[in-house]
Amino acid sequence: MTIDKGVSGSGTAEASPSPSGGGDGKKPPDGPRGSGSPIEFRLDAASGVPTYLQLVQQVEHALRLGYLKPGDQLPKVRDAVASLAINPNTVLKAYRELETKGLASGRPGQGTFIEATLSQVALPELATLHRSLLGWLASADGAGLDEDGIVALFSSALRDFFKGRDRPADRRADRKGGTEGVA
Amino acid sequence: MNVIETSGLGKRYRQTWALRECTLAIPAGHVTALVGPNGAGKTTLLNLGVGLATPTAGVVTVLGGVPAGSPAALDGIAFVAQDMPLYKPLSVADMLHLTRNLNRRFDQGYALARLGELGIPLKRKAGKLSGGQQAQLALTLALARRPRLLVLDEPLANLDPLARHDFMATVMATVAEHGMSVVLSSHVLAELERVADYLILVSGGRVQVADEVDSLLSTHRILTGPASDARTREELTVVHERRAEAQAHLLVRTRGPADPVPLGWEAHPVSLEELVLAYLREPGAAALPGPARTSNAEPTEVTR
Repeated sequence: MTIDKGVSGSGTAEASPSPSGGGDGKKPPDGPRGSGSPIEFRLDAASGVPTYLQLVQQVEHALRLGYLKPGDQLPKVRDAVASLAINPNTVLKAYRELETKGLASGRPGQGTFIEATLSQVALPELATLHRSLLGWLASADGAGLDEDGIVALFSSALRDFFKGRDRPADRRADRKGGTEGVA
Repeated sequence: MNVIETSGLGKRYRQTWALRECTLAIPAGHVTALVGPNGAGKTTLLNLGVGLATPTAGVVTVLGGVPAGSPAALDGIAFVAQDMPLYKPLSVADMLHLTRNLNRRFDQGYALARLGELGIPLKRKAGKLSGGQQAQLALTLALARRPRLLVLDEPLANLDPLARHDFMATVMATVAEHGMSVVLSSHVLAELERVADYLILVSGGRVQVADEVDSLLSTHRILTGPASDARTREELTVVHERRAEAQAHLLVRTRGPADPVPLGWEAHPVSLEELVLAYLREPGAAALPGPARTSNAEPTEVTR
């Protein structure tokens, strides 16, 4: 069963760029060129992350890295479903989530399009945060924690920190409002 | 609307009951996975639903109350049996011709286009196609009938991983385009998680779990904590537990993701595979919409 996961997972990701691979070579690839979207989804069956959330995260990741920008089209539901062999409702759920977050919107009869960008914290601020984190890491190291211990402690603190807070969409809206003024 | 609905359904082959006292409803608009141990009666249930077998006891209706096996039912349902039934000596073109003439509705254009996309030669004999191609041919013939309900009995059983992927991709793309309902039985739990959004777990002819997959996953979690904490365990709806001297893992049913985690316990999300295995190991446990859920809900739900 593990082998199946691996093969189908990577097969999905690599099937489209190499049309020669696979038994049915005449099948046109359901690639990004056909669907008009700059990105193509892949799935990591071993990650344990729910499928719809993987799609949401991949869109967010693509936004942070600039693969996607406002106005770009997300893969059509039918194309995403045909290339990943997943339930259409999963894709719809991911797109709904992106709409709730204000990142995308559906246009009737056309598809789903990117609405916003994921604005990042300004570089100097990032550097300051990075420095203070290094300071904390030094003290954790000094206290005798190894790397795994540090990761476990950090993840646990991160969970506690965000547990009581608002929904992620609200947080993002706040942050975006704040940085847009600066940039 | 329910695509398959049974009440007290039973089927006896000579002295043996293959299915007994089965009452369930499979809602339309879903890809429903039918899972259960071997001999639970899954194939018998599907055969009764598509009209290939007649009940010994009880009633089965399809597509919103139409008697199973009636002309209206046969028109709206396509069935692909476990062994991908094709007439092996016939060519692909002859299989098309035959299926077209045996059915009232058959979309020849779709079938030809689909076989072209798949690179399946029309002149080749069905028996000479690869396993994956035979599966795709059987599926194409079923889909060309434009069914409202597609029933698949263990469709992935004899396929290699690539063929499985392509088969399910075809099914899912058709669902996306035409909104067809699907009921499939399968043992490949890991793949069900991707395709199914409704789960029915049958064991001993009884429905043990029937709910939307999202709802099942959000109302179940794994709790890990001290084995000595018996009091906490009593307050929970434990489906299955694994316990060592110090530590216990409990698969519990909750009211939802917001349900508080007991003090000293750690909560983890559960996968569909874990959930199915837990219920299969505990034939006495049940997760059904309706009575089971309401008895679990308490009046203090308001604040969350």
